[in-house]
Amino acid sequence: MEIGLSQYLTVAAIIFTVGIFGIFLNRKNVIVILMSVELILLSVNINLVAFSTFLGDLVGQVFALLVLTVAAGEAAIGLAILVTYFRNRGTIAVEDINLMKG
Amino acid sequence: MVAALFFYLFSAIAVASAVMVISARNPVHSVLFLILCFFNAAGLFVLLGAEFLAMILVVVYVGAVAVLFLFVVMMLDVDFVELRQGMLNYLPIGGVIGLIVLVELALAVGGWVISPGSLKSRVAPLPEGVTNTEALGRVLYTDFFFYFQAAGLVLLVAMVGAIVLTLRHKEGVKRQNISVQVARTPATAVEVIKVKPGQGI
Repeated sequence: MEIGLSQYLTVAAIIFTVGIFGIFLNRKNVIVILMSVELILLSVNINLVAFSTFLGDLVGQVFALLVLTVAAGEAAIGLAILVTYFRNRGTIAVEDINLMKG
Repeated sequence: MVAALFFYLFSAIAVASAVMVISARNPVHSVLFLILCFFNAAGLFVLLGAEFLAMILVVVYVGAVAVLFLFVVMMLDVDFVELRQGMLNYLPIGGVIGLIVLVELALAVGGWVISPGSLKSRVAPLPEGVTNTEALGRVLYTDFFFYFQAAGLVLLVAMVGAIVLTLRHKEGVKRQNISVQVARTPATAVEVIKVKPGQGI
């Protein structure tokens, strides 16, 4: 059976859905929420690279590179905020994060 | 045929490990499954012919991001069992929303075909007889140079932000103050005390 664009898009869609599901499932645990966001960005990357290959256009891979950069920065900043928050409050439960009364 | 086999192998392991990331009891196991998922996604990239991105995925995600997650999970002294309480309450709403998203995506990508018109409007067509890394470098450093610089700027801001957020000055740590050291004179440093015999200071 020939592997086409649809198969890759299906895999990316499933991983994306798992990421969304993970955010709802682990609503108290910020670390797993951040990991779910990484999964979502990974599925976007799979989409971009699949389109790039099947279209014969390199722009998709350039965009995937940029998404990778942003994902790395997001993980670094998110974990830094997490460490600072844990140092101040001693917990990382999402429900307790209401200092700004938003 | 072999490519199809490897596609199903990589994608099955990637999806299974993604499910394990969100459902593992121990966050350390979650991070390790995340690493497995990234490795299999890199395998999918190799199948797609994007070797450079596959290697970058392994280096950046597995080597930097996942290890960062691992450090933070091990550094924080958090009761993860307590955080998992009430997880089943969110299962129905999460399942419904996940199902809706999956159905929408399936409807959107189900019958995808690339129109002939879009093939004509390619910005950077894949060159023949050039490795993926060289082809990517040719467009990245010329046509997309400003995007490349912007990505570097994003990384710089992220690095500065992470350092500013986590750096703290501890009280009571003795540090070298060179100007004070250099400004010492015998008058300030030495005190002559005459001690009478038979008495302490």
